[in-house]
Amino acid sequence: MPVTVKTFTSTNEAAAALSDRSARYLGGGTLVMRALNEGDISISTVVRASDQAMTRIDASGSRITLGAGVTFARILAERDLGFLHGPARSIGGPAVRNMGTVGGNLFAPVPYGDFTVAMLALDAIVSVQGGLGGREIGIEEFLQSRDRQAGTLVLAISFAKPGSADAFRYRKIARIKPKGGAVITLAAHLPVNGSRIVGARVALGSMAPTPIRARAAERALEGRSLDTSTINAAAAAAVEGTSPGDNGLASAWYRREIVGVHLRRLLSGQE
Amino acid sequence: MTKTPLQFQHNGRDVAIFVDGGTNLLVALRELIGDMTPKFGCGQGGCGTCSVLIDGELHLSCLTLAETVAGRSVETLDGIKDGPNLHPLQRAFADNFAAQCGYCTPGMLMAAKALLDRNPQPSRAEVVEAISGNICRCTGYEPIINAVLAAASGGRARA
Repeated sequence: MPVTVKTFTSTNEAAAALSDRSARYLGGGTLVMRALNEGDISISTVVRASDQAMTRIDASGSRITLGAGVTFARILAERDLGFLHGPARSIGGPAVRNMGTVGGNLFAPVPYGDFTVAMLALDAIVSVQGGLGGREIGIEEFLQSRDRQAGTLVLAISFAKPGSADAFRYRKIARIKPKGGAVITLAAHLPVNGSRIVGARVALGSMAPTPIRARAAERALEGRSLDTSTINAAAAAAVEGTSPGDNGLASAWYRREIVGVHLRRLLSGQE
Repeated sequence: MTKTPLQFQHNGRDVAIFVDGGTNLLVALRELIGDMTPKFGCGQGGCGTCSVLIDGELHLSCLTLAETVAGRSVETLDGIKDGPNLHPLQRAFADNFAAQCGYCTPGMLMAAKALLDRNPQPSRAEVVEAISGNICRCTGYEPIINAVLAAASGGRARA
């Protein structure tokens, strides 16, 4: 069924057009065009914005900002974003990485949305344009309400650059390599003060309807050095608070069984 | 619903068509321009047989809103041969038995072309990565990988 395509130069106008519940924002197309191809009749309007700010990368300082329209291929081309090359490369094949965007990934359902798991571990802030102007939302709050975001347009996502290469870790478990939907995805940000972890963040994908933080594992890491007993305690707590589902890639039971194993490997630096 | 005029370059030739809102590029190419080389596979971005180059970059035409290619260059398998002469990749696919049912072949060739255009001497691992978004259910991939390596810079590919 034909849909109306509306393209705006202003993000304000694009956000206003999204207040229509049958409107969807088109970024790279990997979610919205797929829905249209599958005959999703809930979409009657496709909204686009041509504002150049949405494709901007600012990685020069200690705080990094990625425009919502930045593709994964562009992240892979940025030397300053080397710590995000793993998450970006784990998504799709080259064509999907040329199309898929950081902003769209925030809305990708299980078993996708791997980049968002990395963003959650980095405590990212999501900048959105709404009917009442621009505002910033913590990514965790954003994810909890992402299906009720009518009338808002994601503009950018920002986060502090990890203090060292070792402070940020990422692991995606997939049956098909190098490309495949996730069985589970894990990311951890472990800032260290002296030898102790301060502000631990552990994020999990495919362990709930949206990426979630593994708070019990974070508590097991907080204030401790990353030794064997700390890693074992975090791994044992990884499954707490999760609610994975069954799909063609894995059962909920299997996901619960392996999440601690892979968190242990992630924290131990094992391949 | 009104149709939208759309102009772009298709294999180096200017084309102008009218598309319905929401039409994907694959439908525009096949049904409005008559280029049947990109195939419809999954419609979800999972199989890669609809792959085309947009401004030299590999894209999935089934997930591309046709209107977004206005003023841009779209290259399909139909445009890679030189008159009656096959492209070196096509010749290598034929010589290395890299096509069986042939349904994935257009996408495989465009993914391989995207790789060789920027990296004429890829390693085997780079070839595997380049075609990782394209599914083949016949060959087991090995003949395809061998064909791309054979086509690369006259067969002087790195190990």
